[in-house]
Amino acid sequence: MPETTETTPAATTPATTAADTAATATAAGPVTPAGTATPEREKARSLWSDAWHDLSRKPMFYVSGLLILFLVVIAIWPGAIASGNPLACDLSKSQMGPTSGHPFGFDTQGCDVYTRTVYGARASVSVGIFSTVGVAVLGSLLGGLAGFFGGWWDAVLSRISDIFFGIPILLGGVVFLSVVKGGTVTTVSAFMILLGWPQIARIARGAVITAKQQDYVQAAKALGASNTRMLLRHIAPNALAPIIVVATIALGTYISLEATLSFLGVGLKPPAVSWGIDISQASDQIRNAPHMLLWPAGALSITVLAFIMLGDAVRDALDPKLR
Amino acid sequence: MTDTVKGAAPAGEPILQVRNLVKHFPLTRGIVFQKQVGAVKAVDGISFDLHRGETLGIVGESGCGKSTVAKLLMNLERATSGEVFYKGEDITRLSGRALKAVRRNIQMVFQDPYTSLNPRMTVGDIIGEPFDIHPEVAPKGDRRKRVQELLDVVGLNPEYVNRYPHQFSGGQRQRIGIARGLALNPEIIICDEPVSALDVSVQAQVVNLMEKLQDEFGLSYIFIAHDLSIVRHISDRVGVMYLGRMAEIGTDAEIYEHPTHPYTQALLSAVPVPDPQAREQRAAGADSGAAAGRGRIILSGDVPSPADPPSGCRFRTRCWKAQDRCAQEQPLLAVPEVFRGSGTPAEHESACHFAEERATAEAA
Amino acid sequence: MTATDTMAGAPAPATATAPLLEVRDLHVEFHTRDGVARAVNGVNYSVNAGETLAVLGESGSGKSVTAQAIMGILDMPPGRIPQGEILFQGQDMLKMSAEARRKIRGRKIAMIFQDALSSLNPVLSVGYQLGEMFRVHQGLSRKAAKARSIELMDRVRIPGARARVNDYPHQFSGGMRQRIMIAMALALEPDLIIADEPTTALDVTVQAQVMDLLAELQRESTMGLILITHDLGVVADVADKIAVMYAGRIVENAPVHEIYRQPAHPYTKGLLQSIPRVDRKGQELYAIKGLPPNLLHVPAGCAFNPRCPMAQDVCRTDVPPLHTVGAGRGSACHFWKETLGD
Repeated sequence: MPETTETTPAATTPATTAADTAATATAAGPVTPAGTATPEREKARSLWSDAWHDLSRKPMFYVSGLLILFLVVIAIWPGAIASGNPLACDLSKSQMGPTSGHPFGFDTQGCDVYTRTVYGARASVSVGIFSTVGVAVLGSLLGGLAGFFGGWWDAVLSRISDIFFGIPILLGGVVFLSVVKGGTVTTVSAFMILLGWPQIARIARGAVITAKQQDYVQAAKALGASNTRMLLRHIAPNALAPIIVVATIALGTYISLEATLSFLGVGLKPPAVSWGIDISQASDQIRNAPHMLLWPAGALSITVLAFIMLGDAVRDALDPKLR
Repeated sequence: MTDTVKGAAPAGEPILQVRNLVKHFPLTRGIVFQKQVGAVKAVDGISFDLHRGETLGIVGESGCGKSTVAKLLMNLERATSGEVFYKGEDITRLSGRALKAVRRNIQMVFQDPYTSLNPRMTVGDIIGEPFDIHPEVAPKGDRRKRVQELLDVVGLNPEYVNRYPHQFSGGQRQRIGIARGLALNPEIIICDEPVSALDVSVQAQVVNLMEKLQDEFGLSYIFIAHDLSIVRHISDRVGVMYLGRMAEIGTDAEIYEHPTHPYTQALLSAVPVPDPQAREQRAAGADSGAAAGRGRIILSGDVPSPADPPSGCRFRTRCWKAQDRCAQEQPLLAVPEVFRGSGTPAEHESACHFAEERATAEAA
Repeated sequence: MTATDTMAGAPAPATATAPLLEVRDLHVEFHTRDGVARAVNGVNYSVNAGETLAVLGESGSGKSVTAQAIMGILDMPPGRIPQGEILFQGQDMLKMSAEARRKIRGRKIAMIFQDALSSLNPVLSVGYQLGEMFRVHQGLSRKAAKARSIELMDRVRIPGARARVNDYPHQFSGGMRQRIMIAMALALEPDLIIADEPTTALDVTVQAQVMDLLAELQRESTMGLILITHDLGVVADVADKIAVMYAGRIVENAPVHEIYRQPAHPYTKGLLQSIPRVDRKGQELYAIKGLPPNLLHVPAGCAFNPRCPMAQDVCRTDVPPLHTVGAGRGSACHFWKETLGD
């Protein structure tokens, strides 16, 4: 196997001496058969476009991608598929099963489960996205700088992230959110960024240290390149891939963490609409009205699964070991 | 100190003078409050000259510090002590603008063509980067043309500018690396094992290219490698390193035909000769004692750790000639007394107390 | 490409001494996302007891893949063996059950890898790993196994074996680790050892020690040795016969002396000519032009034709068979006579 992996990326140009190079270029990218493409026509394929090419052939990518797209759309315009108001409840319909126009039935308060499930996507998706973006930016900035400059800055930062790692996330959530007393998307996201950044920082630090030791960074240094240039032009693009992969998978876990916190009553609080809240309220009625639990819990599981699947697909496409 | 060099000796004046170069990597313990518990003595007092237009080969086994020497000369690592004079200026003390200016004239070709090119940049960007960093070398409008010229010079199709490194084979990538090294029109190129990662059938192409470029651009090379036959082919002078020190240095013929340091002798004898007849000759030689023929010297043991090198002569732990004196007194790199003024090819610098020529049945 | 035609390197099939190992018309392909890579394309070679066969080739020549196929350690998928036989002591290993093959592996055929550090388990002591062979395969007690381990370490000349038997792999140097790998390969006294670039990762002086040891150990027994390498020097040092591989085929096979004196294939000839020589210092090195082939797009006809100075039209269309050049010699070149001649 090692022999074939070695040869796959190689272009097949049988030309090397100055004289015959320009003349014979039967080259072809790995996909086009030899002799059918000239170098002029051949598209230059960067590793990113290679990864995209790879992704575009994976059914898992399409399934998860479409699901996520759908979720984002209904998070922005829940009204598009649910005409009702999630807070318009009628106690007389408490815990009723599905009826015409209310396919998922009603919850204890007599609210329409379908409408609430659709509207619940907004809280979940926004907490997920805000937390992930925050964690990715803060984590890669701190971790990347620590990895690049090393020294005491790195030592201090690593110890701080160790401390954050040591905090049990649920306990931390209960304490933090009961002190802040927010219970909004902002406070929950803020908490997740606060506890989540060390994970990305660690990855970013490792990726930057790996990239920093590569000969091409040394080569740039030998040319007299500045630190900024080395970081932005050489290290960052090469350290990005693992961060993207971890962040995508983390997004799913943040969504489930939001639901957990809301379930425990310290995350989002009513009248906010969230799957976690609905699951929490449904859980003690599970024998009487299992449908109340089924729909929000199902939506949550599918959402988390979609992000984890996407992360998996992205990792396969970006993993240099598979190239 | 170069008065022993004669015959096909380098024509030019010294362009790079290395004096007592030392690099110790500290070994530390502790995480936040680090304390030094020792040092890896990667390079421990090395001196040599590089003359204009010549190729100085540096050979040695892994861990001898030859790659660290390359990094020190490039200022990729800061020397612990010692000097490297380029045109009379000590470049180990430079930084900022002055260092950047020197870097225009000293460039490097790396060993591994797979890691020395940024996979996310096109070939055009890689070879053009030197011009981005030193805009005074080529005006902006000119750059694409310059890059294509460079590709042509190293024997690659100039149409390839928009391709990415992973679309090339090892030999082609090494050509790209060489083109990048040439971009700023340097005077000195330091080559750290430039062909050892390449397939056998491609190595000769790259060696030829480097020789052609040397003639064309009047380059001086420091050619670091472990392949002794390629070093001999390309070098005017050769230095042999062992455990952070220079064991022996001289012209290629002096080192390869008349080595006086036991390590050089062992190293040369260990190289497998691509000629099955040498096997029988050697077997015959071994029977009648090493002195009778080109018997192979099989060194016992391994290279000691550079963190804890032997006292005195670094080679003494594996040397068959070692005596008490070798443990107490460090042999200096100088022409051994026995050969001084002898006018023979054995008259070159060798760091051994008991330097002598090994009777070699001339094979070539 | 009949079997008899291609077996120029083997002794006459009728003789009583059948080869220890015989590879017949072996094909191996890998299914990658970019297509099918034909890594091995009809390879034939044989090794007799007590003989050293060197398989010479550069990366992508199929030399290691062939060895992995023999050992049965090929990753399948993506690898596949569509065709061929691997006869070990007369039996086709490709037709055996997985269980039967496992019994041969280690006991009868052992392998030495290039990277000794990653082939040894870092958390187990060297003595334990050596002893495991005896405990598992021969049912020896812990104590007896340890004694045998020390014996083996002595045999591969690890100084102070008794004291070092409980050391861990990282406490040994590269050369010593390679000796331990050799000791492991020798443990069950196999009939055949396959050494895949055993000294490539080692320094010259250590390489000499290890090759010396291998040659000596072989001399003491009737072991067959397949040495896979790209180093012409190492081959000349130890091999009895050579098979030169290029793009998944054997392009030349011959006894070692003849191939160096008078190569019969332009590729071998080019390799030998490109070795720097003292008397040609200052001149350009002879260089084989072009690049090693991409296995996904091997050139039609003779795979070497785009790089060959002698290539004619026929080379671009017809795959050359392995012509018999002399006793035990073959060359897969349409113009082998001309190659030998000048």
